[in-house]
Amino acid sequence: MFRRLPETYQGWVSLTIDGGVCVGREGDSVAALLLEAGYAACRNSAVSGEPRGPYCMMGVCFECLVEIDGIANRQACLVPIAEGMKVETGAGRRKVTP
Amino acid sequence: MSAFFDFAVIGGGLVGAALARGMAREGLSVCVLDEGDVAYRASRGNFALVWLQSKGINMPAYANWTRRSVELWPAYAAGLLNETGIDVSLQQDGGFHLALSDIEMERLIAVAEGVNGQPGVKPYPYSVLDGDEVRRRLPGAGPAIVGGTYSPLDGHVNALRLYRAMHKALIAAGVDYRPGSRVARISHAGGFSLSIDGGGEVRAKRIVLTAGLDNARLAPMVGLSAPVRPQRGNIIVTEKAAPFLKMPVQTVRQTDEGSVMIGDSQEEAGLSEDINSGIMGVMADRAIRMFPAIADLNIVRMWACLRVLSPDGFPIYDQSKTHPGAFLATCHSGVTLAAVHAAVLAPHIARGTLPEEAQAFHAGRLHVPKAA
Amino acid sequence: MKRLASVDDLPASCDLAIIGAGPAGLAAAAAAAECGLHVLVLDENPEPGGQIYRGLGAAPASRRQILGRDYERGDSLLSGMLGSTASYLSGATVWMASRDLEIGVSKDGMSRIIGARRILLATGALERPFPILGWTLPGVLTAGAAQGLLKSSGMVPQGPFVLAGTGPLLWLLASQLIAAEAPPLAILDTTLLATRSSVVGALPAFLASPYLLKGLRLMRSVRRKVRVIGGVTELRALGEGHLRSVAYRVGRGKTETINVEGLFLHQGIAPNVNMASAAGCDLAWDRVQLCWKPVTDSWGRSSVPGISIAGDGAGISGAEAAAGFGRLCGLDAAARLGRISEAERDERALPARRELSRYARGRRLLDLMFQPPDTFRRASPDAIVCRCEEITGRQVTEIVADFGEVGPNQLKSYLRCGMGPCQGRLCGLTVTEMIAAERNVSPSEVGYYRLRFPIKPVTLAEIATLPHDDDDVRAVVRG
Repeated sequence: MFRRLPETYQGWVSLTIDGGVCVGREGDSVAALLLEAGYAACRNSAVSGEPRGPYCMMGVCFECLVEIDGIANRQACLVPIAEGMKVETGAGRRKVTP
Repeated sequence: MSAFFDFAVIGGGLVGAALARGMAREGLSVCVLDEGDVAYRASRGNFALVWLQSKGINMPAYANWTRRSVELWPAYAAGLLNETGIDVSLQQDGGFHLALSDIEMERLIAVAEGVNGQPGVKPYPYSVLDGDEVRRRLPGAGPAIVGGTYSPLDGHVNALRLYRAMHKALIAAGVDYRPGSRVARISHAGGFSLSIDGGGEVRAKRIVLTAGLDNARLAPMVGLSAPVRPQRGNIIVTEKAAPFLKMPVQTVRQTDEGSVMIGDSQEEAGLSEDINSGIMGVMADRAIRMFPAIADLNIVRMWACLRVLSPDGFPIYDQSKTHPGAFLATCHSGVTLAAVHAAVLAPHIARGTLPEEAQAFHAGRLHVPKAA
Repeated sequence: MKRLASVDDLPASCDLAIIGAGPAGLAAAAAAAECGLHVLVLDENPEPGGQIYRGLGAAPASRRQILGRDYERGDSLLSGMLGSTASYLSGATVWMASRDLEIGVSKDGMSRIIGARRILLATGALERPFPILGWTLPGVLTAGAAQGLLKSSGMVPQGPFVLAGTGPLLWLLASQLIAAEAPPLAILDTTLLATRSSVVGALPAFLASPYLLKGLRLMRSVRRKVRVIGGVTELRALGEGHLRSVAYRVGRGKTETINVEGLFLHQGIAPNVNMASAAGCDLAWDRVQLCWKPVTDSWGRSSVPGISIAGDGAGISGAEAAAGFGRLCGLDAAARLGRISEAERDERALPARRELSRYARGRRLLDLMFQPPDTFRRASPDAIVCRCEEITGRQVTEIVADFGEVGPNQLKSYLRCGMGPCQGRLCGLTVTEMIAAERNVSPSEVGYYRLRFPIKPVTLAEIATLPHDDDDVRAVVRG
């Protein structure tokens, strides 16, 4: 949904999204990288299950919730990407595994 | 020229709404006077339990009154569904009290035996469980649980859907519901005259005071006494989770929408509804010890609400001797008692009486002079 | 500046805790630290700058050029704080700032409660809700979101997209995207035609305003490069599972459709009042800006002693004004705490006060010009009002029809509207205005949601580790 402007090189960061390798730049938030990688939707609503994705990109809408390094429902727009990070999308109601 | 209602119900919370609908269904003209958008409203702060375990120590009548209501609840829920189309999601599959220490366990057993051992009490069915049995019955229950008590009669309901259904039902029953209408003064001369804050007047042949904490102010105006005080309770609400907790625990339950609700505290904090982070911490810690897997759930709301407590914690149902036709009804278990209020208390009050089972709850019991 | 790494590094107390590192917070930090106060700045983002100066610290020259000179004004604010003695913790979510001046901070899954002698809320603004049918579809974002992506990551929308709504930010974004060679297919302009022409009259303030003239030039240059469809009265985002097209109407004309992959909405910004409200600060309805603002005096002091509010969080006034007011609040904090005298404070504040009156000129006109139209401030029956709980416009109007004189809090109890994690940030204004419209009273009379802490989610585990005493335990563990 978004593409990068041709800009001078910044540190590349490699992580996985849903098991697939993805490369971003230092300074990207997880949500920014998701949008650049084509994920307009990143989860399903906890009420109806309909697909939802980033909306405000500033931490107030709570739509960009994804699992990051095993922790569910993190606001992707507030988390900077890091090397080796594991991002999982598509969650609905949060699983509580006893 | 204001209408002259058969009944004016002062306060549109769980008690008032149940009674108003009940009386309207008896064919009476009823008006409910409710406060505005921001008010203490204990009814908005309930934990949604339909519960009888542990209730009625030193008051057998309360154990029986509670039991009666729990048994009447399915019919009440069905009635609300029928009248409003709203399913309040009543679940009566049983409920637990859990102990995190031996002392807590002893207390749970003592309370259960204490309630059920009283003469005149219809004992409720319950089992004493050890930690392993709790863990067997409640997947996710943690190793810190020492044991608990379980009753198959306990359950819960969707609190906000209930509140909405009760209000919708009273409108469907033809009750004149008036928000933003705090009663400033009650005078009595051939019927009751209620003057409303900000102007206006409502007249009724008879009235019921169900105004929660405000009953303390209103009751003396009609020769009644409602010595209620606020007691703060804190609640934590988490984000929605996939269902994992099938039956409620007295302090932890999962709503049908998925949120986990954690209660509850008892603080004498006057009229303050501020939350207390230390208390929230204790509540969160206990809930995690009961169900370790919820530790990472996000809290989306914490709030505190003011219970309406009588000095002994039991309801007050009363009618005035000096101002005939003035009734009073207050309790702090408005959800559990909603069914018996609607099915038993309302028809009685409609006829100008109080049911026999409720005789023990008159305010006079609170004025028994202490032995010297 | 002392950059802290975790909540463990937080001081148990400080003179002035500043929440938010946007222009107001940055300016306040520098001013207060200059006066010798022990200042702590807490901000949720990984780097300072707030929304307007997002990414400034790391932006390459080409990006700065695209974003324009106003963006670069943030440089001096950033260096002002960097060069100060203030302490700063980034990535820190403040979930509580109570009237007892206790602050709950969460970072990396750990929470602490710290104290402060004074608190400055500089949490800024957020985009007004724009509750059109389909606004929850993946592919629909705010204009601010697109601008933030440009600022922090040098990204632009890919594929066909449109901007829709009204307000200076929309035009600024359009000009920035044009400069980045990623222009929108069109701008669907909802600005009321009547307003536009009537206020572009000759008011002296208008001409003397520092940004308005610049804004007009900007709008003209955008119009030369991008198709602008004015007088839009209806907007719908369409698609199954994600955005595929936008339908719109001009006046009472027929419905047109544009196939798009992106829709960026904007109809102004409003103060983010959640922290102030939960702390107990009085709010007032602004009839021109059509939003709630905390009640503050000329030094930014709120109705809660010890809590001051600066920047767009106190009322929309723009980045430069935010910095000016931040400086005032920093100086006032120093005076309140006895570090400087009031006379000295007043003297040091003079330049900021002059700047503020410059920027205030023309503000009202700007607000009037870009007032979002009624229809777009309310949701149609099938459109979603509360995104978190998926409550529709119809459900809201039905409650008012059923119960009459109902307010946002009763409505919340009936519908769950406003009970989700966003805590009303994306539905509160819509609800207040819809209730006001249905009841035919002013929004001021209707009121707003009661907000409480935590104003942002925090985990059970974090709360469980907060300090507590025996009284707390006794209040919970009973027989």
